[in-house]
Parts: sequence; structure tokens; C-alpha cells
Amino acid sequence: MRVNITVNGEARQVDDVWPGESLLYVLRERLGLPGSKNACEQGECGSCTVYMDGTPVCACLVAAGQAEGREVRTVEGLASGDTLDRVQQAFVDAGAVQCGFCTPGLVVAAHDLLTRTPQPSDPEIREALAGNLCRCTGYEKILDAVRMAARS
Amino acid sequence: MKSFAYVSARDVPTAVSAIAGSPNAKFLGGGTNLVDLMRGNIEQPDTIVDITRLPLTGVDLLPDGGVRIGALVRNSHLAAHPLIRSRYPVLSQAILLGASAQLRNMATVGGNLLQRTRCLYFYDTAAACNKRAPGSGCDAIGGFNRNHAILGVSDNCLATHPSDMCVALAMLDATVEVESTRGVRRIPMNEFHVLPGDTPHVETSLAADELVTAVELPSVAVAANSRYRKVRDRASYAFALVSVAAALEVTGTTVTQVRLALGGVSAKPWRATKAEEVLLGAPATEESFRQAAAAELAAATARPGNEFKIGLAERTIVAVLRELVTKGDAA
Repeated sequence: MRVNITVNGEARQVDDVWPGESLLYVLRERLGLPGSKNACEQGECGSCTVYMDGTPVCACLVAAGQAEGREVRTVEGLASGDTLDRVQQAFVDAGAVQCGFCTPGLVVAAHDLLTRTPQPSDPEIREALAGNLCRCTGYEKILDAVRMAARS
Repeated sequence: MKSFAYVSARDVPTAVSAIAGSPNAKFLGGGTNLVDLMRGNIEQPDTIVDITRLPLTGVDLLPDGGVRIGALVRNSHLAAHPLIRSRYPVLSQAILLGASAQLRNMATVGGNLLQRTRCLYFYDTAAACNKRAPGSGCDAIGGFNRNHAILGVSDNCLATHPSDMCVALAMLDATVEVESTRGVRRIPMNEFHVLPGDTPHVETSLAADELVTAVELPSVAVAANSRYRKVRDRASYAFALVSVAAALEVTGTTVTQVRLALGGVSAKPWRATKAEEVLLGAPATEESFRQAAAAELAAATARPGNEFKIGLAERTIVAVLRELVTKGDAA
């Protein structure tokens, strides 16, 4: 089947999609956007978090057909040209990256948090990122990065 | 994942026609549970009817003071809705204590009602599970059953219903509206989910061709003083070991209105009618709360792995009622 999606502001047409594919598969394997990561494939780890129509979702649980006509923004769509988004910059500055697999999902989730709650408390940060797991357990630096981004 | 035909429906008549006569077709709402189950080959529909574009997204005040919620309202939208936050705080709290932000953003009200148990043996296709494969047995009995049911259990299944939202809906006496090519029907929330008995694969009173179109909340004045408390292994993003939805009105020192429902303890959201009977007209004291909790849990059947849930449920009921007395006084 054919799926039409707006991805990072650009209208994309994808052909020969199998209905069992996820939005994540379409983004990574058909549109060449490997930023969103494929980890648990169960909606548990948040590594595949992308914006769909403005709200963060787990792209691994969105069936391709459900994405038809939707606006998707991936981690690749957060930076402006060569200038990183403040959340991305803060992750770099705080050293909030270990193996890096959870990072794109965390960046999108933190980006959404700061859009809705510009000055979050620590419990608010923890709750907002509860759906994003870091198997390296690098949470302290990740919290530092979100606090840093909120200040910048 | 098995191959399937994909149909996107734009209106309710098209959706219910697409599924009529196809017993192995499934409606796809938010997909947060169904897509996962299909990937694990636990659900193997031959047709998927995508209903995410149906116009069932309203949250509307009814003339009698109740609220009608479209089946495709996203969980996060419902929890944040001013009508729900002000009139039914218990429902807002229950939703926000479930899953993660990403999942609540996708999950729908109708899908939340129909989500399947998170019993590990149900998910493990190598295990015996009467729910997944009727007649194969139940590996949870005698297995790892710490998370499993203690009320309304049978010798065939110990699974719990995983929803938080549904516990609040059971407490509020919600009504589920369903539609098929045969017409529209309204099912009281407390009759929507069914106990396992000899047929644990049958989880609801919904027929295979029926679509959940809405949930209606009656006007419940006492719900303004309501609370949902969830006890779990982590502070966030875990299923309930035990949860309690409660609403309470105390006049003078007497309980004049009370509603109680439990989650994490049964295959259905458990309306605690025995506890309500004990409490109604009783003094609003710790002693009454304890008696009510004990009366409700008297029928519990525990296994060694989940025996702790009986005491935990009793203490959580008492704690929530105590909190509501204090809150009610302050109001």
C-alpha cells in the first residue's frame, strides 16, 4: 500500500508498504531516517519516540496505515540547519550519552516536556521521561541535561 | 507477524460493516496493545479495520450533568480535560498513573477497555495459557503469580485486567455504548468485563462484531471528593499490584455516600460492593474502614506468590478512605 506522511516538514510518499510495518520501520528503512531507534518493539523503552501530529508517540507501535496523512517530526527534525536544538546541545554538554541508543527518544521526550513545561521540577522531569529507558543507567547525566536545557 | 488485510474506515457504519461476518477481523484503535500482540503472534487477525479516523473524539457534557466520551479520545486528552479534572478527578488520576506519556498519547478510551492482561504466560507462546490457547492449562497456577488475581479467580486463569482507567469507570458506574450492524446497545461498566470461570478467553460481554463507540459517565456529585491510588513496584510506569478508586461523602461523622473499586486483583475492575455496604451509614472511623476492607477481601483466594495482595488491598482501601475524610473536611 501507499502511505503519504509529512516528515520533518516535507511531504513524503512511500510505496509498497506492507500493512504490518510500523511507522518506525517506514522512517528508518524506507525514508532513510535512522535517528529513531528500534529497541524493544513493545512500546516499553521509548527509543523510537517521535512526534506525530505534535504529540510524542512510540513509532514502533504505530501501524504504517495509521500514519497516513499525519505530520511526523523525528529527532532529525529538531535541529535548525547546523544548529542543534537546545536539548540536543545540553545532552552533548552534560555528557548525557553513553551507548547512545536511548538518546534520540530521550531528546524528543525532553523536547516535548520543555515545550509544555519550560521550568520542570525534578519529579516532573522524572515522570515525563518514565517511558524512556536507558539500559546504561545514565540517568543522572540525562537529568542534568534536561535541567541545563531548561536554563538555556 | 502474520499477514493481514488493512482497511481504514472513515465512519462508524463502514467500520461495523467491514467487521460483520469476519470473526477473525479486529478493530485497530491506538494500537498500543494490539500491534504489540500481533508482533508476538498472540493476536493473529486476518483483517485489521483501522478506526483511528472515526469521528468519535468528543468529550461532551450531557443535559443530565453526565459526560459522554468518544471511544477514540486519547487517554492523555481525557486525563487533561477540564470536565474530567473538575467532576471526576479519580478518572484523571487513574489515567495519568497508567503507562507512559507516549503510550497515553496514542491509547484510546475504547482500546483501554479492551486491552489484554499482562500475564507473562499469556505473552509467552511456549507456556500453557487457557486465555491464549483454550484448554492448554494455566502456568500461572503454581508458577510466578505475584502479579496475579485474588478475587473472582477460577482454576483455569489467574490473570488480572491491567487497566487503571477501567477501575475508575467501574467506581463511577459508567456505561459503555457499543454498535454493530444489528444496532446500538448500552452495557453497564460493571457487566462489561467478565470473570474467567471455565472460559478465560472470553473477557468481555462485547460481541465479536461490536464496536465500542462511547463511554458515558453519569452525574456523580460525590466524585468531586474522589481519589485513585496505585501501589506498584516502581514509582512510575508499572502495572498495579493493587489499586483503589474511591469516592466518599461524610455528613457529621457518618458515611452518607461511598463508592469503591479495586484494580490489580481480578480479571475485571472489581467494584467493592461488600465494603460499600459495610460503610454506608457507619461512622467514618478507621475501625469501620478496616471492617469494610476485610469484608471485601474475605472472599479472596490467594496463591503463595500473591498472598501479600490481600493485606495490601485492605491497607490501601483504609488509606484512601482516610485521605478522603481529611480532604472532605478541608473542602
